[in-house]
Amino acid sequence: MEVVGQLQKQYVDFITSLFREAYLDDQYVQLQKLQDDSNPEFVVEVVSIFFEDSEKLLNDLASSLLVSISLFWVFILCLRPSLLLMVVLFFLLFLFQLYSQQQVVDFKKVDGYVHQFKGSSSSVGAQRVKNACVTLRNFCEEKNLDGCSRYLNLVKQEFYLVKNKLETLLRVSITLW
Amino acid sequence: MDKNVVFSRLRRLEKNERLDNDLSSSSDSDEVHVLAVDDSFVDRKVIERLLKITSCKVTVVDSGMRALQFLGLDEEESSDGYDGLKVDLIITDYCMPGMTGYELLKKIKGSSAFREIPVVIMSSENVLTRIDRCLEEGAEDFIVKPVKLSDVKRLKNYMFGEGRTKSQDKGFNKRKLQETSPSTSPSLSPTSSISPEQSSDLSSTSSPSTPSSPAFQDSPTRRFKSSNQD
Repeated sequence: MEVVGQLQKQYVDFITSLFREAYLDDQYVQLQKLQDDSNPEFVVEVVSIFFEDSEKLLNDLASSLLVSISLFWVFILCLRPSLLLMVVLFFLLFLFQLYSQQQVVDFKKVDGYVHQFKGSSSSVGAQRVKNACVTLRNFCEEKNLDGCSRYLNLVKQEFYLVKNKLETLLRVSITLW
Repeated sequence: MDKNVVFSRLRRLEKNERLDNDLSSSSDSDEVHVLAVDDSFVDRKVIERLLKITSCKVTVVDSGMRALQFLGLDEEESSDGYDGLKVDLIITDYCMPGMTGYELLKKIKGSSAFREIPVVIMSSENVLTRIDRCLEEGAEDFIVKPVKLSDVKRLKNYMFGEGRTKSQDKGFNKRKLQETSPSTSPSLSPTSSISPEQSSDLSSTSSPSTPSSPAFQDSPTRRFKSSNQD
């Protein structure tokens, strides 16, 4: 059918662009090789596990980079200081928080999560995610909190981008084949 | 007891055994039983499929402790408490919480019952000191992740292919930047003993290589280099 032919061409163009733009790399091809009639859902299964795993990892990462000093703020409010005193205290606390976050964040733990994420994204061929993880790990090693936060956002962004694209790709391939 | 492990494996290779899975790809029906250990869910799924598609019987566990339990090597159970399925090969991830692959390797090589079983280490980090350490401890091979079909096929062929016993080809065989085509010869010398000079040779011979898949951008060189940065 003409329509099927067109859809197939669109699929091929789409997947080719994903490789060209480095969303996916050769490992994704490897996964496709492992799919056959005896296991026709293999790629979908692996990719689904990757999505679930990654959401958890991203949550763990986000919370491990956050330091909860909110209790200090509550304490200050309870003191009911004058407005001027409150402003001064807030400012001092802000500085203290900046300083202590550097010390309190467990960069080793963060690095552990990123290592896991790097591994799983590499195993499915999500190249851009993997590369972002590599840079994020460097920031962890340097204990650079600002770099870590920035790159975590990038990792998240890349993950949701590739997730979106893979979902589209797999949906089309299921329709076609 | 340890002799039996080797003999039973050889016997199994010679016998025609019924396959558990109905893969059409297996022409010969020798059943190599592989125990795969990895804490990552994604990697477990992939390695299981890779092994099954190369006609291996697979048991996958998520930690070193579980692996020891399966083998019957943990302190709680006696060695004849496990289900009697002899393991022909153990393939394990290096970085795992709790017991690392290296520690698992040491435990296995330290056990009289299981030290004959070849152990292969997988790791995403291409760190030569780590590779050397594992090989010195008795690992058969070291595969850099992500693991590909060609890695598993190569492994299976040189370990269990054509009735060959593992003692015939005990060379250092770090995963090379090879393609799936048979024309690519290993760029690293497989037979010489491991030495620091060889380790540096390996890194220099590995860098020039052809892309593994002509249609797509990713080059193994880039992969090797990027994992070298770790």
